[in-house]
Amino acid sequence: MHLLSLEPIRILLYLFGICAFVGANAAYLVLAERKGAGRIQRRPGPNEAGFGGILQPIADGIKLLAKQVMVPPGTDGLLFRAAPLLVMAPPLMCLAVIPFSDSLVARNLNVGLLFVFSFGSINVMALMLGGWASRNKFAIISAARVVSQSVAYEIPMLLVVITLLMVTGTMDLNEIIGQQAGGIWHWNLFKVWVNPLMPVTFIIFFICMLAETNRAPFDMAEAESELVAGAFTEYGGMGFGVFFMAEYANIVVGCSLATVLFLGGWQSPIGVLSGGLWGAGWFLLKMYGLIFTVIWIRWTFPRTQFYSLLNLSWKILIPVSLFTLLLTGAMMKLPLVFNQLF
Amino acid sequence: MNPSLEQLAGQFTRLVESGPAPVAAVPAGAGPAAATPAPAAVAAAVPPPGPVQVVDFALKGFHLDARVDSSLVVASAEIMDQAGFGLDAITGVDWLAQNEMEVVYDYFHPTSPLRVVVRTRIPRVSPEVPTIGGVFPGANWHERETHDFFGILFAGNPNMKPFLLPEDADFHPLLKDYKP
Amino acid sequence: MIAQKDLIRVDNGDPTKETFVLNLGPQHPAAHGVLRVLLTMDGEWIQRAEPIIGYIHRMHEKMGENRTWAKFLPNTSRIDYLSAMHYTHAFVGAVERAAKIEVPERAEYARVITSELNRISSHMVWWGALLLDLGGFTPILYAFDDREKILDLLEGLCGARLTYCYYRFGGLYNDVDDAFLKGTRDFVTHMRPRLKMYRELVTDNIILRKRLMGIGPISGEMCRKYGATGPVIRGAGVAYDVRRAEPYSVYPKLSFKIPVHPEADSMARYLVRMDEMEESLHIIEQALDQIPAGPFIGKVPRVLKLPVGDTCYAVEAARGRFMVRIVSDGKEIPYRIKLRTPSFSNLSLYEEASKGMILPDALAMMGSLDLVIPDIDR
Repeated sequence: MHLLSLEPIRILLYLFGICAFVGANAAYLVLAERKGAGRIQRRPGPNEAGFGGILQPIADGIKLLAKQVMVPPGTDGLLFRAAPLLVMAPPLMCLAVIPFSDSLVARNLNVGLLFVFSFGSINVMALMLGGWASRNKFAIISAARVVSQSVAYEIPMLLVVITLLMVTGTMDLNEIIGQQAGGIWHWNLFKVWVNPLMPVTFIIFFICMLAETNRAPFDMAEAESELVAGAFTEYGGMGFGVFFMAEYANIVVGCSLATVLFLGGWQSPIGVLSGGLWGAGWFLLKMYGLIFTVIWIRWTFPRTQFYSLLNLSWKILIPVSLFTLLLTGAMMKLPLVFNQLF
Repeated sequence: MNPSLEQLAGQFTRLVESGPAPVAAVPAGAGPAAATPAPAAVAAAVPPPGPVQVVDFALKGFHLDARVDSSLVVASAEIMDQAGFGLDAITGVDWLAQNEMEVVYDYFHPTSPLRVVVRTRIPRVSPEVPTIGGVFPGANWHERETHDFFGILFAGNPNMKPFLLPEDADFHPLLKDYKP
Repeated sequence: MIAQKDLIRVDNGDPTKETFVLNLGPQHPAAHGVLRVLLTMDGEWIQRAEPIIGYIHRMHEKMGENRTWAKFLPNTSRIDYLSAMHYTHAFVGAVERAAKIEVPERAEYARVITSELNRISSHMVWWGALLLDLGGFTPILYAFDDREKILDLLEGLCGARLTYCYYRFGGLYNDVDDAFLKGTRDFVTHMRPRLKMYRELVTDNIILRKRLMGIGPISGEMCRKYGATGPVIRGAGVAYDVRRAEPYSVYPKLSFKIPVHPEADSMARYLVRMDEMEESLHIIEQALDQIPAGPFIGKVPRVLKLPVGDTCYAVEAARGRFMVRIVSDGKEIPYRIKLRTPSFSNLSLYEEASKGMILPDALAMMGSLDLVIPDIDR
């Protein structure tokens, strides 16, 4: 019996693989962000450590590891130490069901979509724990803001996903990708005969993903100019490093989910060369394209006002996503009604 | 509403005449006298011949110079407020040789080029002037600063705590006999 | 530690209406310098915001009393280091007014050119810092790029990049040379399209407009009561500019508009400063065209003693009205120098204006006031 077909070995390999993928991404996305920021701001970005700054994340990692991890007196010790762990766990879990290729998926659950969203909601709880356990007024204000922002943006996100579920009919991520085979015009993004507002749906999903991962312009939780560092104010050294890495891991999960749901996952845009490693290549290409857009948006726009942010969600995104839901339902039932009438 | 210089000069003259005579600049040692100019031998500012004087802007930087008694500062602030002036600055000058402190109020006008200066002289020992914070809320900060530097108490100002100096400061640095 | 009795409680013992004290401490990314604001907050709303200043108080007014008139010149640059030329201008103007020193025209024109360049560089710092506060991290780097050109021009002229001490009693330290004049012309040509780009990319950005429009209303009446001047009062609809009210130097010979916006909110103050930069470019161009040849310093006695009495001189600094009041007793050392700084009066209205505002709005308003803390504390 081949060693790799043994289920526990396979799971272990995927475990290490995902941790390595998330770790490398978190480290090198920081570098990509800083260099992208530099280019947008007409300066080079980190270019000292290694050739073109390639060793910068390693230098940062060593610096963070070498710092003293201080637990301020008076904080809730267990929660304070647990918060970084709790904030890193959900993205790792979510990546277990995301298919990188038709054969590269850790565990293909038939409720994969539900799995991703249930773990995605834990993220906000971990930030709240960190903010509350810090015994710091700035951190508590930030935690309160994170909770209201996340609650507000979960709703349109889920409405949009339900709309998509109506189109795909399945929660199995690999099947969703399978339905988008054949080329760029088969991707869910362009299925306008089922849901005429599908691009709008994608934009709503993207905005909600930005808000859920606390990225600018929705980064009220860590608004440096007002709240110092928000929920992470009291964390130093690797505790802060873990929060930081978790933010980038969340971005990776969010963008890979957007790729899977709307952009065809590992399907190639030209119809051929979809299998195996080619698939993984297409997937990564699309995912990094979305991540680049996320970075680009951060360095271009100022921060929204907190109540504007909530207004955007409650007064604009939710009605629009409800409307698309109803529209999709109507469009799906229309042929049946037609057939019945004529 | 642009005020006229003659009108303001008239108002101030009436105000000064209505109240007690302003404390004249006298050398240390002499008692407070009634409005007689000081001898020029003393190293001090030459007081204007009359309490309210229109001066040359090109020389002095202001148009009207009024000297009032310390009890009349609130009334003079009200004249300024009604004429539409804004508060520019409040400051003090320590005349050690004459044993007096001078409080100088500068006013500017947002729509006319007029500048008015109102002065008052108070004794150097336990100096006290009523606050004009009721007329110009911006005076609160200027008075706190003047108190910090000179020790002048502005009666009615709710916040006579050290402002620019450290919270536990009990000295007043701009006094001429201040030894650090 | 705040004493129990100093906490403002409006809850009558009801814990759901309790307030807490938050210290926007001296070290804070949003406080432009070492400013401490003691906030009494009800959730995210500010009940009382008390600015506590004095963390960078260096007592320039006492320093004015123990050195000669000329030796005080470097101090003037350090009061508000971002618009240092204006502050030196006020001090030399006061001394020249009192001592009746004649300043040649070439020197006056050079003073106007350098002052307006300084105004532009100061407004660039304000603009970049305001956007940084609001979360836009990129414009500050573009602003500093433009500012670098100004700093290079002025460094070639007087040797300093920030704390210039270029003016002397009676004129200038040294003459403006052709390299400077040509460089300034090139700068004006370079800056105009940049300002247009900033207007399109930043001023018209929907998020920025939502952050600034309607936020932090400060009426013209409040400005008058508190003595707030500069873009604060011009953003409230009152056309008060010291260059028009108390004309000094060669401003009467130059034609320029006073930008005024009546809305009295943060966006109005923002637009006033952006328009002011355009007007400064216009003034610089006219001055470059009109600058005559001639001497660059007038006759000044070697040992300068001013006549007895007091004199005022006011200029329109980048932040508002800066006035110097000098009291002389006939000696070569001043008797009293009073520095009336614009940021001091501009900040004094903060307590009243920020009542009941939500915290991010209050910080946006503070950014729109354009404070420089050494200007407040001297």
